[in-house]
Amino acid sequence: MELFSTANDFLLWTRGDAFNIAVSIFLIGVFIRVLEIFLMGRKVDFSEPRGTEWGPGLKNIITRSVVDNGTFKRAPFVVIVGYIWHIGFFICILFFIPHIELINAMLGIKWPGLANPLVDATAAVTMFALVAMLWYRLTHPVLKFLSTYEDYLVWVVTFIPLLTGYLAYHRMIDPYPLALGLHILSVEVFLIVFPFTKLMHTITLFIARWYSGAMMGRKGIES
Amino acid sequence: MNATTKEVKNTLSLEKGINALKEQIDAPTAAFFSSCVNCGLCAEACLFYTETNDPKYTPINKVEPLRRVWASEYTLFGKLKKALGLAKPVTDDMLAEWETLIYDGCTLCGRCSMVCPVGNDISTMIRKVREGMVASDHAPEGLVGASTRAVKIGSPMGIRLKALEAQIKHIEADTGLTIPVDVQGADYMALLSSMEIINFPEYIESLAKIFKQADVSWTLSSEAFEATNSGIQIGSSDIARELVQRVVDGAEKLKVKYVISPECGHAFTAIRWDGPNLIGRPYAFKVVHILELLDELRQAGRLKTDGKLDKRLTFHDPCQIVRKGGVLAQPRNLLGQVASEVVEMSDAGKMNWCCGGGGGVSANERADELRLQAFKRKKAQLEEINVEVMVTACANCRLVLEEGLEENNMDMPVLGLSELISEHLIEE
Repeated sequence: MELFSTANDFLLWTRGDAFNIAVSIFLIGVFIRVLEIFLMGRKVDFSEPRGTEWGPGLKNIITRSVVDNGTFKRAPFVVIVGYIWHIGFFICILFFIPHIELINAMLGIKWPGLANPLVDATAAVTMFALVAMLWYRLTHPVLKFLSTYEDYLVWVVTFIPLLTGYLAYHRMIDPYPLALGLHILSVEVFLIVFPFTKLMHTITLFIARWYSGAMMGRKGIES
Repeated sequence: MNATTKEVKNTLSLEKGINALKEQIDAPTAAFFSSCVNCGLCAEACLFYTETNDPKYTPINKVEPLRRVWASEYTLFGKLKKALGLAKPVTDDMLAEWETLIYDGCTLCGRCSMVCPVGNDISTMIRKVREGMVASDHAPEGLVGASTRAVKIGSPMGIRLKALEAQIKHIEADTGLTIPVDVQGADYMALLSSMEIINFPEYIESLAKIFKQADVSWTLSSEAFEATNSGIQIGSSDIARELVQRVVDGAEKLKVKYVISPECGHAFTAIRWDGPNLIGRPYAFKVVHILELLDELRQAGRLKTDGKLDKRLTFHDPCQIVRKGGVLAQPRNLLGQVASEVVEMSDAGKMNWCCGGGGGVSANERADELRLQAFKRKKAQLEEINVEVMVTACANCRLVLEEGLEENNMDMPVLGLSELISEHLIEE
């Protein structure tokens, strides 16, 4: 039995049923993961605080995005390439005009996008940075030692949406509905994998940074 | 013990260890594990990695036993994996292997917690892993011995009241000062670390001189003079609680307003931050670190000193007092009053590198070689600034630094800050 008789059928499926399934798994999964964290709770701290928790916690959410000097000097590659691909990835997601239109159609919010050639160049740089990161993970003694199958899985599901988006934009897969369908499908795979892997850090790092900032703030240590 | 009995014993202790780890997991721990992306940057903050280049010392690797317990017990997906037999379990062999990472290759210095880009407080998690290690009989001999002496004798170095009394008598005869003991209703009760009593009694003398001049009402307690808390180092809340309770009982019996934590790093963490949580209630008194008190006296103009040490010196920040204790400005303020040329090491302050012997490492003989290897970091820091004297505020740092300097043929005295101040007091 043929699943899709035409490329258009495939595109429609990725935009319809597949999309709904992926978004549902993503939302429910993320909700459960976040709930699992907060349900663990935190013991009351009876020590006399020297400072507050909320402010330093929130501040830590911002300041942890800036690398400290010592780490930068010791690991410039991870820091620079890490910044490049994260920023590039978000530019591609949030400032490509067709993406903004999709979000507007779904949620009714929009913002100005970037010119297509700019996003195109960003996507190329981001993919290049991701490949460099993968090479580093495979060769650096610490990263090689720490990495598990999950790190590579997460790399693949992050890279493929960029690649398929790039191929679709440049009409490098024929016919176009197939190219677009593959791109959407790869994003759906990303969304489905998200709650079950360390892709979750996108959300939980805000919680983690708040907790560590709050603990520091309580002791009067600048976060 | 035959093979089967040994197996049964290991299974039982493993179960205890895993239960202890389960008890340690809270919302921050769950958030931290959910956020780690194995970026490896914490390795660059750890002197056991930077000085050995061995990836096994990467801080996040040290908490793997805790991560496994979290994943298989407290996440839906992990529970599913466990049910299908796909989860990697924590085994007794694993804990045995991790023992050296947790106790020899970590001083709980907390640098990793400062650099983690997702904000994971890794050193707090390592402290939690130690609870599982103790419960499963995987703590090093040196620390087990120290903890046993602390509980039975009252001091990890086996120092009894008689030894302290002898030192007090000695200081009183030398200086003509009185060291108050068991004074009811004094404002401050001073704690001492074993190392200060035995190796650096100058600290006691300094307190007596400074407090006399500044007219501070203080006392020692014959029942609670020991500040060191081996329970915190080995990672046993039960032992730590018992030792904190002794101090609390002593202070409440004398009805003091404040307890002074001495020049000892983990003692401050134990009594200031962990203590109330160990005994499950706030104290009836406040805890101050000696440097906090001295700086208060300085601000109030009650610390009258004369002259300055005319030598190029640097201050070594004890991790538990500065990075993890929040006492950062005080030592600098105080040094400004008694030293003419203070040069900071690179990374000084909250990012300072550990001496290599904190967190019980210096009490664990097995780790001696690794500790001296880790000291190369301090050596490199010192070589950059070319100083004549090092000042610190932790008796353990001081001993570890002295040994490291000697091993590296570096001729440099290490002074305690309180002692340096007392040397510059105006004689009345």
